[in-house]
Amino acid sequence: MYEFTYQKASSLDEAKEAYGASDEAKYMSGGMTLLPTLKQRLARPSHVIDLGGVNDMSGVVIENDKVTILARTPHAQVASNIELQRVLPALAKLAGGIGDPMVRNRGTIGGSTANSDPAADYPASIVGLGATVHTDRRQISGDDFFLDLFETALEEGEIITKVTYPIPDRAGYMKFPNPASRYCIVGVMVSQRGTTVRVGVTGAGACAFRVPEMEEKLACEFSPNAVADIKVPAEDLNEDIHASAEYRAHLVTVMAKRAVAEAIS
Amino acid sequence: MTVKFSITVNGKPVEGETEDRTLLVQYLREDMRLTGTHVGCDTSQCGCCTVHIDGKPVKSCTILCAQVDGCEITTIEGLAKDGELHPMQNAFRENHALQCGFCTPGMVMSAIGIVDRHKDESLDEKTVRHELEGNICRCTGYHNIVKAILAASVTMNKNA
Ligand SMILES: Cc1cc2nc3c(=O)[nH]c(=O)nc-3n(C[C@H](O)[C@H](O)[C@H](O)COP(=O)(O)OP(=O)(O)OC[C@H]3O[C@@H](n4cnc5c(N)ncnc54)[C@H](O)[C@@H]3O)c2cc1C
Ligand code: FES
Ligand code: FES
Repeated sequence: MYEFTYQKASSLDEAKEAYGASDEAKYMSGGMTLLPTLKQRLARPSHVIDLGGVNDMSGVVIENDKVTILARTPHAQVASNIELQRVLPALAKLAGGIGDPMVRNRGTIGGSTANSDPAADYPASIVGLGATVHTDRRQISGDDFFLDLFETALEEGEIITKVTYPIPDRAGYMKFPNPASRYCIVGVMVSQRGTTVRVGVTGAGACAFRVPEMEEKLACEFSPNAVADIKVPAEDLNEDIHASAEYRAHLVTVMAKRAVAEAIS
Repeated sequence: MTVKFSITVNGKPVEGETEDRTLLVQYLREDMRLTGTHVGCDTSQCGCCTVHIDGKPVKSCTILCAQVDGCEITTIEGLAKDGELHPMQNAFRENHALQCGFCTPGMVMSAIGIVDRHKDESLDEKTVRHELEGNICRCTGYHNIVKAILAASVTMNKNA
């Protein structure tokens, strides 16, 4: 790691002030992405501002029709929340399938969302459940949040404070994990809320995206068969040593079918 | 730049000062000479460096010393009490759950986490195998590690 100055902020204001006062600062939440990046010398921030000391930034709150997850909530806490397992089991399952238990003890929803890793799990839920990302300055609709590979709608120094999810009538999440890292080769979150159906895909493209054609078909008939013949075009999909673009396109359909099957089971 | 911190390591208070970028595992191994915590990959994959921070397993190669200010750290050296091995260490010995032993400290720390998380239910093989996802062993094929954890879960829950 290159040298940097570490600062633990005790409030959002302090974090923002520290950010503004340095040349090239990085916020740190769980550090499960940032620290490996620094260790590989892929980034060279002058300051690392730890959000770990900010109070009231961790927890799962369930109200009548929505679930709120504060930005610093570790994946393990989301996965093991008993009430969440009851009202939105697909989201608890998603969090419980991220990485491994040690990663889940540290990694957080805020860090994962801000990072927009093409293979991360949470982005599928933000798009597929129609979440809203709340920051220190505004609310951003989940549909407008992910822009590209590691690129989001966040502005310089903007901090995610929480993510809110409307509770769907039913939802299912299915991922095809990379057997070594557990990151998604493809992951699909499907949800139905009244007449609205959402299909959110991660792992396949530069960032999470919806599949309108599948959503239309599922709105008429919410069954795995409804999406069986819909294939997303392979152009523009990710290609690496683990899976070709063509294979990822195929997996989107398979995972979508399985996610629907889970939602109705 | 350096940071000052106070932590508890295996029950003993430690007042330290180190570079801002020092990883917890570096401090434990190089400054405290607690070399039971291993570094296998340094890329957050292998789990050899697993320690408990406030009772929860964490990869100590992926956390800064500065971040753990105020925390209680337990390493493999802190498990045995009064010359008696921890039930998990004992189960690893009895079930021949190690060969070269390089992964073992991390496996044991991670394994205790698994049993802790499933205190109220009986642990099954599938769960153990899934929750060992963050620990890599290049020797054993995992079979005896899984056996050891299942055996220890019975003794640990009895003692609790
Ligand atoms: C071995 C391993 C396996 C993994 N497997 C998976 C997997 O299967 N699926 C998966 O989805 N992820 C996986 N991850 C990544 C993990 O989920 C991370 O926790 C997550 O990507 C980042 O969260 P974090 O809290 O650690 O963020 P950090 O590493 O602290 O930060 C990541 C980025 O987000 C920024 N940031 C952090 N918090 C905020 C905030 N509140 N507001 C604005 N910006 C912020 C930081 O500046 C940084 O750029 C894995 C990681 C490891 C090490
Ligand atoms: S050395 Fe920490 S995970 Fe391998
Ligand atoms: S016993 Fe050799 S790596 Fe596990």
